[in-house]
Amino acid sequence: MDRECHYALVSQHLDKFTAKFQRQLLEQAQTYCAIFERSVDDFPESFHPLLDNLRKQYERATWREAVDLITQRLADCGAHIIPATSADYPDQLRQVGGAPCLLYIRGNIENLHLPQIAVVGSRRMTRGGGDNARTWSEYLAAGGFAVTSGLAHGVDGAAHSGALDGGGKTIAVMATGIDAIYPRAHLKLAEQIIDQDGTLVTEFEPRTKPLATNFPSRNRIISGLSLGVLVVEAALRSGSLITARYALEQNREVFAIPGSIHNPQSRGCHYLIKQGAHLVEKAEEIVDQLKGALSGLALDAIPINVQRPSAAAPLEPNLETDELKLLSLLGFEPADIDSLIADGLFSAAELSRLLVALEMKGLIESQNGRYQRLK
Amino acid sequence: MSLAVVNTRAKLGINAPLVSVEVHLSNGLPSFHMVGLPETAVKESKDRVRSAILNSHFDFPARRITVNLAPAELPKEGSRFDLAIAVAILAASGQVPRDHLDQYEFIGELALSGDTRGVDAVLPAALGCLHQGKQLIISRHNAEEAALVDGLEILPCTHLLDISGHLLKQTELSLWDSAQLESIKSAKQNNSRESDNQSQLNQVIGQHHAKRALEISASGGHNLLFYGPPGTGKTMLASRLPGILPPLNNQQALEVASIYSVAGKGVRQPIWARPFRAPHHTASSAALVGGGSSPRPGEISLAHQGVLFLDELPEFSRSVLEVLREPMESGEINISRVAAQVCYPANFQLIAAMNPCPCGYLGSQRCRCTPDQINRYRGKISGPLLDRIDLQVQVTPIENNQLLNQQQVNHKDQPKGESDRQIQQRICVARERQLKRQGKTNSQLSSEELKTICPLSSEQRHMMDHAITRFGLSTRGFYRVLRVARSIADLAGREQVISEDYQEALSYRIASEQQSTR
Ligand SMILES: [Zn+2]
Repeated sequence: MDRECHYALVSQHLDKFTAKFQRQLLEQAQTYCAIFERSVDDFPESFHPLLDNLRKQYERATWREAVDLITQRLADCGAHIIPATSADYPDQLRQVGGAPCLLYIRGNIENLHLPQIAVVGSRRMTRGGGDNARTWSEYLAAGGFAVTSGLAHGVDGAAHSGALDGGGKTIAVMATGIDAIYPRAHLKLAEQIIDQDGTLVTEFEPRTKPLATNFPSRNRIISGLSLGVLVVEAALRSGSLITARYALEQNREVFAIPGSIHNPQSRGCHYLIKQGAHLVEKAEEIVDQLKGALSGLALDAIPINVQRPSAAAPLEPNLETDELKLLSLLGFEPADIDSLIADGLFSAAELSRLLVALEMKGLIESQNGRYQRLK
Repeated sequence: MSLAVVNTRAKLGINAPLVSVEVHLSNGLPSFHMVGLPETAVKESKDRVRSAILNSHFDFPARRITVNLAPAELPKEGSRFDLAIAVAILAASGQVPRDHLDQYEFIGELALSGDTRGVDAVLPAALGCLHQGKQLIISRHNAEEAALVDGLEILPCTHLLDISGHLLKQTELSLWDSAQLESIKSAKQNNSRESDNQSQLNQVIGQHHAKRALEISASGGHNLLFYGPPGTGKTMLASRLPGILPPLNNQQALEVASIYSVAGKGVRQPIWARPFRAPHHTASSAALVGGGSSPRPGEISLAHQGVLFLDELPEFSRSVLEVLREPMESGEINISRVAAQVCYPANFQLIAAMNPCPCGYLGSQRCRCTPDQINRYRGKISGPLLDRIDLQVQVTPIENNQLLNQQQVNHKDQPKGESDRQIQQRICVARERQLKRQGKTNSQLSSEELKTICPLSSEQRHMMDHAITRFGLSTRGFYRVLRVARSIADLAGREQVISEDYQEALSYRIASEQQSTR
């Protein structure tokens, strides 16, 4: 570990040296090395007591045990440190007020400098929401964006997977320690991200467990790293809306995919749209919108014909008469069997069977006992 | 010779093995001994017997009295032997004739005054008595229960003096008039069948998918899980199942009545109706599966030949749910205690209900449960238990406008709102088919048997393969679908299971909402 990283790590374990203090002092000192090594006389007099205190603490080595432990743990999982003073630290994030002083990272460091789009949303997405998260991420990743998300259940996971499917880069920003993948169900996904040249990043020390208070802070990094934030599906008062709010504060673009007024997972998106977020119906619209912010990104690389399963494919030709009849009864709003039976065309037994048939053909989806057309 | 032998019956599980009470009077210091390993309760009966004899103005022999309850190895409990012991003492001391004692069996408790009192588990004893071709002398309080056994001659009595009078041929006991009971029985039965329109399945508004599932469940004897938010009528739906199940036949009714008798619950009415038991999730393991020092039947046995409804399934303790697996497999439960090992029948149909998440409102605004909480909640139900539940049915909240529509629409399902009786007839026919074909209900078909009974055509095989990948169906889930499809075909009177049956069967499974990301 080079000296700058060493001092940066030690600084996190010195008494009274909060992140806020570190940022103030770094404005003057530029590097952590300078804080501990440069002559005190090079600093304005008002800084002298603080510098003396820090250097005394350093001498006493009260930090050593903690720092050694962290160093060991980072080595164990092949992770690195990027201090805010490093050239490796993403500029996009550095511009954000209150950016973390230190990032822990596994995987490809270069990805942090790619133009990033954050894809976030509900942990409990609908099947349609999951499809969108996956295919849009695939499209964006194939086009040269790094897809940034939070490694959570639901939309986050689908976004990472989609980006990997697109053969692109993806960055998972964690609210836990770099060696404490959460949720556990995404252990495999995290490994896949590393294997396929993606990146895991966090501001939290190794072994940090999931704490509710850390999630908003994580969301802030997601939006901070990105040019824009796409909200795929979100309930009102969800973490995704917090990410979107940070994005606005950080002067990032916010995109939202609209949905059914009956889907609670669409309410958050509709709220954002009312607040002025871009309503997007195709992934291409995001690229168009961000073009201005992108100079240097190879737009040619973006394939025009990314296949989207939900795109208007022609209806399967081999539908039974009854299946067609039922399909015309079903709308794009969710309906349960009882409301379908009220039309008097089918019995409960027939409906149950036809709905299964249509679902197997991928024309409808069910959610909590309600059915909805996809095409 | 001062020896007398009187027959009575013990209680062991739902059986009532014969016990001989032998009384021997010999010379020596007056004493009263009982041998044959009786429990404390039997020892207490010494005092009751002595008082009852004295208060009936007989002599209590001032001799050496030895009472032996044989066979010795049988565990004996309760006060049911009082009557037999008293009669044997009277006979041994020559106060009543002992010539015709072997024509009777005696069961009952004695009050200190000599009055007779009822005991539990009379029905199994009555069945045993009929088998031996004896007449049964019991307390008046137990006569009605014993009379459930057709053809048994019952001599009810109210006092020890009634019995001595009968044996001395002074005032003969009169046979219990079962014709009189018959009329009560059928009156009550009709009552419950006809007047109870409110509890019929067609009174449940909406929930057509769930009602159809109940019919399939009844037809094939399948266990069923209702899955949905609170207030969707899961309990109401479950309670309608007994009404459409085939009525109990004579033998089943007696078996069920015997269990209630042993549990000390007296005569259940009407005896032909399928039991419905709904224990609360706070019920102890002993209350649920049976137990106690001399094990009594638990809820699962009280639900024998009927329905066991477990609401809020994940709230039941894990150990209790694990214990359910044995009876679900074998239809009976073995309870081992120091005193005895007993086996109670427990061939119930399980109807369970659960919420989709801890708060119950998954998919709506009010739900704030995290995916981990939801997984933990669902994980409480073990896979092996779920594997035994063929029908897994999602219920949705009833929309307000449906309450209004209900009156106006004539559903194809229920042309004039089929009565339970009509549905029941269809189900009886379907069950008949199953018994004729395979000697058991479809729910009991093993995966091996399914291969021959539901052979898949290549087109059907292809469809099921597609379903396996599309819906993430497990191997066991696959066989559940086959069993259900078999019952759907039987309901429709089809010997061949067609593709449409398999498709419908696929709808009775819970869609996994927790979608994997990969
Ligand atoms: Zn909930």
